[in-house]
Parts: sequence; C-alpha cells; structure tokens
Amino acid sequence: MSEENGVIYRISGPVVTAIGIAPRMYEVVRVGNEGLMGEVIELHGDQSVIQVYEETSGIKPGEPVVRTGQTLSVQLGPGLLTQIYDGIQRPLPKLEETMGVFITRGVDADGLDLEKKWDFNANVKAGDEVSAGHVIGIVQETETIEHRVMIPPGKGGVVKKIDSGSFNITETVCKLEDGTEIAMMQEWPVRHPRPFIQKYAPDVPLMTGQRILDFLFPLAKGGTAGIPGPFGSGKTVTQQQLAKWSDAQIVVYIGCGERGNEMTEVLDEFPHLIDPNTNKPLMNRTVMIANTSNMPVAAREASVYTGVTIAEYFRDMGYNVALMADSTSRWAEAMREISSRLEEMPGEEGYPAYLSSRLAEFYERAGRVQTLAGDDGSVSVIGAVSPPGGDISEPVSQGTLRIVKVFWGLDAGLARQRHFPAINWLSSYSLYPQALDQWYRDNIASDFPEVRTEISTLLQVEAELQEIVQLVGSDALPIDQQLTLEVARMIREFFLQQNAFHDVDTYSDLKLQYDMARAILSFQEEAKKAIAGGAQLEDVVNVPARTDLMRGRFEKGYNDKIGELVSEMGKQISSSMEAN
Amino acid sequence: MSGKEYRTITDVKGPLVFLNKTEPVSFGEIVQLRLSDGSMKNGQVLDTSDDQVIVQVFEGTASVDRQTGVKFLGDVFKLPVSKDLIGRILDGAGRPRDGGPEIVADDMADIIGAAINPYSRQSPESFIQTGISAIDACTSLVRGQKLPIFSASGLPHNDIALQIARQAKLVDSDDDFVVVFCAMGITAEEYNFFVHDLERTGALENAALFVNLADDPAVERLITPRLALTAAEYLAFEHDYHVLVIYTDMTNYCESLRQIGAAREEVPGRRGYPGYMYTDLAMLYERAGLVKGKKGSITQFPILTMPGDDITHPIPDLSGYITEGQIVISRELHQKGIYPPINVLPSLSRLMNAGIGPGKTREDHKSVSDQLYAAYAQGRELRGLVAIVGEDALNERDLQLLKFSDIFEDQFLRQGRDEDRTIHEGTLDLAWKLLANIDTKYLVRLDQKWIDKYHPTDKKEE
Repeated sequence: MSEENGVIYRISGPVVTAIGIAPRMYEVVRVGNEGLMGEVIELHGDQSVIQVYEETSGIKPGEPVVRTGQTLSVQLGPGLLTQIYDGIQRPLPKLEETMGVFITRGVDADGLDLEKKWDFNANVKAGDEVSAGHVIGIVQETETIEHRVMIPPGKGGVVKKIDSGSFNITETVCKLEDGTEIAMMQEWPVRHPRPFIQKYAPDVPLMTGQRILDFLFPLAKGGTAGIPGPFGSGKTVTQQQLAKWSDAQIVVYIGCGERGNEMTEVLDEFPHLIDPNTNKPLMNRTVMIANTSNMPVAAREASVYTGVTIAEYFRDMGYNVALMADSTSRWAEAMREISSRLEEMPGEEGYPAYLSSRLAEFYERAGRVQTLAGDDGSVSVIGAVSPPGGDISEPVSQGTLRIVKVFWGLDAGLARQRHFPAINWLSSYSLYPQALDQWYRDNIASDFPEVRTEISTLLQVEAELQEIVQLVGSDALPIDQQLTLEVARMIREFFLQQNAFHDVDTYSDLKLQYDMARAILSFQEEAKKAIAGGAQLEDVVNVPARTDLMRGRFEKGYNDKIGELVSEMGKQISSSMEAN
Repeated sequence: MSGKEYRTITDVKGPLVFLNKTEPVSFGEIVQLRLSDGSMKNGQVLDTSDDQVIVQVFEGTASVDRQTGVKFLGDVFKLPVSKDLIGRILDGAGRPRDGGPEIVADDMADIIGAAINPYSRQSPESFIQTGISAIDACTSLVRGQKLPIFSASGLPHNDIALQIARQAKLVDSDDDFVVVFCAMGITAEEYNFFVHDLERTGALENAALFVNLADDPAVERLITPRLALTAAEYLAFEHDYHVLVIYTDMTNYCESLRQIGAAREEVPGRRGYPGYMYTDLAMLYERAGLVKGKKGSITQFPILTMPGDDITHPIPDLSGYITEGQIVISRELHQKGIYPPINVLPSLSRLMNAGIGPGKTREDHKSVSDQLYAAYAQGRELRGLVAIVGEDALNERDLQLLKFSDIFEDQFLRQGRDEDRTIHEGTLDLAWKLLANIDTKYLVRLDQKWIDKYHPTDKKEE
C-alpha cells in the first residue's frame, strides 16, 4: 500500500482513524469516497487520527484516505473583504449556489475568486530590491480599503519585471531575478503566526464609541480583551457594537459556534451600516466567518485560526485590525469534544490539558507590530467567553483572564435591570490606561486621566454607600453622601448606560465622552455649593435643565449643545438655592 | 443490502450492543436486531471500525443475548414524510400510534438534518402575538425564533405552552400555525392533558404528534425530537406551513444522552453530561428559523424543567446559550397564585428588537418594555429592603416603585388561561395605565414624545 493512499479503519463522530498512510501532523487529507476534508491531529503507530470538517454519517471503514501534502491553509489576496466564510474559508454564498440552503457535504470551494480580474498598480519597478512583506503594488479592493499586495514571507530579491494592469489573483504580476514568480494571492498555514519584525508597546487607544469601554476600561490598538458573561447579558450585542464602531480599518468577525439567527442578523445588518469615519458601508472593511453551533465541530475548531490568520495578513499591510471572536468558549468546547473522541486524559471539567496553552497561543497573535516592510500594524483581539452558569471560575474564563489585559465583566443582574451595556464597573478592569494616558492628554484634554479617576472613585464610593443603604435606607445618610448617591446614579443612568439600538446614543466620540463626564462633575460641584447655601437636595436634583441634559444625549447635535445645557443646569441649581 | 445477519455480539452494556467481525458498516447506519423469540428491535451505529461496531438500541437491550441476529440496513435513519403527517399521532420512533394506517411517504428525509447555511437564513422579524402580556410586552416572540420555557417540577409550564399554541397569531396576516408536538419521557397523564386540550380547541387536526412516554424506551428519546423536527422542516420548507414545534421535556432528552455517554464510558463533562451536549442540543435548537426564498417557518418552544430550580444546571445553561432567550417560570409567583407565573426579569427574547416597533407592534413598545423592566426590578429589590427597615424609611420615589411592583404582578402578569390580550389595547395600553402610578419624572426610560402621546393622565388634559 502506498504511503499516499490509505483506508479508513474506524469512525467515531467527527474523528476518523486511517491506516496505511504516513502523513505529517496537521496535514490535510481527503477522507472517504466523497473526499471530505480532514486534518491529521494524532499519529499513533500505523494509525493516523483525523478530524473531519464535515458530517461523517454514512462513511464506512475501508473507504480511501488520500494525503494532500498541505497543512490547513487560507488563501490570502484581494477578494477577502466583504466575504462571508465558514470555518475553513469556504464562502457561504458560494456554498448556497452549489448546494442550496442546507449545507451538505463534499463540496469544495476556493476562499477567493480565482477568475475575477483586479486592477493592479505596481509601485515598484524593475531593478528595485524587494524583500518579504514589501508592498509591490496596490489593488483598490473596496471603495474604502486598498489592498497592498506584498511579497510573501520567505521570498525576496531584485525585481526583473513587474506590470500594472488587470490580472486575476493567480496570474504572475511580478518576476524576480532569481525566477520567483509573485501572484496577488498567497497561502498561509492557519496554525502558524505570520512573521513580523518586532512587537511594540500598545500606546494608542482603540476607540469604540462605547462610553464605559473607551472612558473607563480602554483597549489599546494591538491589545487583548476578554468579555465573559452569562447568557442574556448582552455579550453578543457588545461585540457587534465593537465590530460596528471601533476605529480599526479592518474588522474580522468570527461567529464561532453561535446561533444561526443571530449570525444572520449580523449578515443582514452589516451591509446596511455606514462607517462613521468614511460614510461608506462598514462591510467594505469587514471579513466574516460564520460557523454556527450546528455546523461541524472540527470546522468550528479551525474557524478561530482562519480568522486570526486573515487578520494578521491585513496587519502586515500596515492596517489596524480588530478581531472579534464570539465565542471562544464554543471554540474550547470544540477542542474538548475532539479531545474526548481521541480518548485523551482530560484536564479540568473535561477540557484537554492543553486548553490554556492553546488560548495563550491564540491571544498572543494579537499585538501592535513593526511589519516586515517596516510599517506599523496591529491586531486587537476581543474574545467573548460564555461561562456556564455565569461562573467565571471555570477553565475557559480563567485561562482567558490570565492572558488578556482588559476584562469587560458582563453582569446578568445589570442586564435584568436593563442597564446596557451590562458591564459591571466594579469587577471590570483595564491594564492599559497608564500606557494610554499620555495619548489622552495630548489628544483629548490635559486633565482626562484625572476626570476618569474621579468618575471611577465616585462609583466605588457609591458601592460602599449602597451597602449602608441596604441596611438603613438612604434617608439616614448625611446630605453630602445622599448627593454622592445622586451623582453616582447620574453616572450610571446618563453616562454608563448606552442604547445600542438608538441612532444617536449608540456612538459617542471620545471628546463627547469627556464632556459628559465633566458635565456630571460640574453637577456635583454646583449641587454641593447650592446645598451648602441652603438648597434642598431634592430641588437641586430635580432642576429641569438636568433632565434636559440627560435626555439630550438622544438628540442629534448633542456634541454642540452640551456646553450650553451644562451652564443652564448650573444657573438653575444656583437659583434653587435662592428660592430657599 | 446484502441482508446478511450477524450473530457476533460480544458485549451488551446498558443500551449498547458491541459486535465484531462484520463487513464494513457505515457510521450512523440503522440496524435491526432479531431476538431469539422472533421480536425485533431497532438501533443505530455509534462507532464503527474493522474490528468492532457499537450499536445503540432504541428499545433498550432487554432480552438481547449472544444469539441475537443483527442486520445492517445500509442506510441512515429516515422518516417517511408527507403532508398527511398533519393530524396524526406517531410514537417515539415514528410508527403510527393512533391506530391509523402507515404514512404514505412522499419522500424519505434524513432525520439528522443538515445545518442551514447562515447566509441563506432570513432574519426573523414578524411579531407573534401570544395574547399573554408578560410575553408580548417584555419577551416578544417572533416567527422563526426558538424560545424555551425554563420551568421546574410542579409549575404550570404545560398550560402556558398550550395557551401559546392556542393563541399564537401574527398581527398582520391570517396565516395559522401548524403544531408539531414532541413528547419525550413525559407521563401518560401529562400527555393526555395535552391531547385533550388540543382536541378541545380543535387544534389536534392541525397538529402532528410524536410521542415517547415515560415508560417507553429511554434511548428512543434521542430520535423522537429529530423525527419531529424533520417533519417540521418538511412541512415548513416544502409545503410553506408556519410550524410551531413544542417539545417537552428537554431534561428527559438530556438524561438519555447522559445514559448513552455513560454506557460508552466516555469522559463526562459537567455533572456527568457528555462534553458534546452543547453541539447535540444545537443540532436540535438550530433547526428553527426562516430560509430565503421559502414561505414557511419553524418556531420552537422547547420546555425544560430545571432540576432543583437551578438555572445554572447544565441543561438550562447550555440551552440558554443556543436559544434566542428564555421564558422563566417562577415558583414564587406561582405560590402567590399568579397565572401565568412568568418572571420577566430573567426572561429574555433576543429577537425582540427585530419584531417590535413602528409598523410591527407600536412605536413606544421598546421604551415601555424597558421601563416596565426597570421599575419592576427596582420595586422587587426594594421589597428586600422594606423587609429590613420598613416602609417608613423609603422616599417617595421608592414607595411608588414598591407599589408598582405589586400592581404589575397583580394586573399585568396575572391573566386568565383563556384570556387573549391584543398587543395594543390589551397589553401596551394596560402597561401605560399601570405606569401612570409612578410620577413621570421617575420614568426615565420613556422618551418624552411617548409620554406626551400615550401617558393616560396627559391624554385626559388634552
């Protein structure tokens, strides 16, 4: 029997054992008469254990298994943006064309359209020396994003011939002196990080327009964040908000083991959303990967790697990329399921012992880097975690928290009160503010960090006071503490709560966030003065201008009006003192 | 197929039969077992290799011995489907149970079902009016959604499911629902209750029932919901029906899953349930929805009883991560004598925003719903406080909220078993009437324009 072709020995769900072949680890093989795609995940004597990316029922022992010599790779080149893939980079619209609305099996589809012609504009010329990562030409891939065609890693030399013009992605656009031919498409194995020169410290914030995130718990470009939360606490909405509004140039969204209808909502909604920065459809900068919970579990395991490889590719062009993975728990469960089929010795709660190292490897692929071409690019990774029962002491949450620098703790209690985003301001944290403070001082306001500290201190104090209130009621507190409670309530209801479904409130730029925070502090200041001057707390709190200020955030042009509203509130509060 | 019968059983363990020395057998193939007394059992291949085949026997392995003949039928499990399924009662393995004739198949459908391409799905956005205020206002249901009822033993989840099945309708069209009912391990008494109620309202003629009762084989429960969903898919996507699938009780289904896992000596996950339970449940729940280019739809109402009223138990927990929300039944409200005892606070409909608002329900729906939640949540919290410090310690705002929480339970949640409230007059206007018990200045979730337009006291002044 040849080493290239073997036969199936055993089938157990998505795990197939083959004999008679000697593949390499992680090599892609074709399984059964239908040639289903699989990946070698264990070698055991003569047996090769394969995880199959498609449904295996109906397959028999004795059917052929064929080596391909390739590891699981993605196709990278023009045509990635606006595309919607399954976990192994098969375009879903293409699958619909070939097999209808239900995903059956045994269908191959290229990740990129190999026929489509793109306008390639060379920006190097014959005789130039180029090295790996060097941009040799530009393709206007979508209205807003130019695709920078690069020399693939591991190649380089002196350009012999390069042409601008209309090419498909497999045609040679550039020939090097040593005979190497470069096309617009390159392939990269998903389980290997793409190379770069060095990682930088993250010191630029990733702006999301979400007040609680940008202001209190910021994420840096190239940073990592985890969003653990029980079901129903608004995790998905938060992720989608980030995908919509973050100021990254490219967004890669991985729907990993999530709901079909929710994925559809994303797929339906994104093409209609307008990027606030460019006024062009957001889809122009987005790549989506959708592997819903009922699609094959092995493809779910691969989807995360497929996504991060595509993100790294755009990073190498010098872009800031935001990658959302919803949810990494489903990914971990896919690992667990396959591990248990392999009869591996389980670690905690049945997860494989290598769970935390896999999580770490994945998040390590984030970062702001100097690319091979010497540019600055970043991949920020935001991973949702779905802890069973909302208990974050479970292995996936814990493995994630050990790595990520930002923790956005979603809280079912807040969600129940319809406080959205239901991010708990007491348990969440970000380790980036120190690195970012200089940026805020330079770009927003010189006292930005101080204002932030005041706001978070007030929330902290409120939490302590609430404990007393639980026992004795708020009327028993001294008036200044009652005021603190009112101010904290204002922070919660006016600042932290943000309506993702409201046209205006859904996005606040950083300047406005700062102004709103100042408005709250100015209310506190004025109220203190008024109360010292004999005003009643109730009168101060109920001045109509304060309600106007708070409701105003739902109206267009709030950025321009807020100053006026604050000074009107000041006036009314002062006059409430005179009334007494 | 060859029809070869093997007598090579080596082990029998729980519901599993192990045999060796077979020709190649495919994964998922169906199997027929002929016992020495001539009776037949059915099974399915769970694991296959050159040396050993593991078969899961649906009817249990009682009386199976080493002489039992095993025949592989060369095909995966299929259900004969036809429009005639409507009005029929089948058992848990898809055989007639009502004494009627065999189903004449228009087609044979693979019961595992393929995943719907997410790109081919259509977003669910047609509001379904259930006539139950708690659901319509706070956890609105849309066509194509899967919304489980999280209940516990001793609570009236069956009444609620039936009331929904009876009253569910679209506001803007006359399309009716066909009900596919799937019973997994429920008692004969519960089953009779369902059947009588469906009969009473004439809904039985418009329903297909798949029934596995408590004394039927436990392993059969693993295929019963798949049969029901296969029938639902056929009716929805081949014959344009709007199908409402009710299945009860998911907890029994998961117990069977655990039983198989244990018999295979698999590494158990949480509380002994198999690690693949999430994927397994997803393969049921995800068979809901709408598909581009097809008129029909599948809406699912799985019922599950939370062991020990514990919402963090793996069954409700994993379900909650797949389904688009949940309706939580509360023992506390039930004991207060409130029907339906739906606790709106942990209840949720994830597709609600797509199904409500101008043109669908009413422009103020979202605001009203948020305000109801917020006020009721705060009112309930205050109850705890009052228990310690007494009402005297509360300020005016808190007193109003406290009072509101009582009124809300008594007038908004409480309604009759046959009371069918319309969304506009029955539910939203009622909500406004009750919210009027709170000063407008405390109603911060309501846009001023809705207060101007819908607040009852403001209207009187006009």
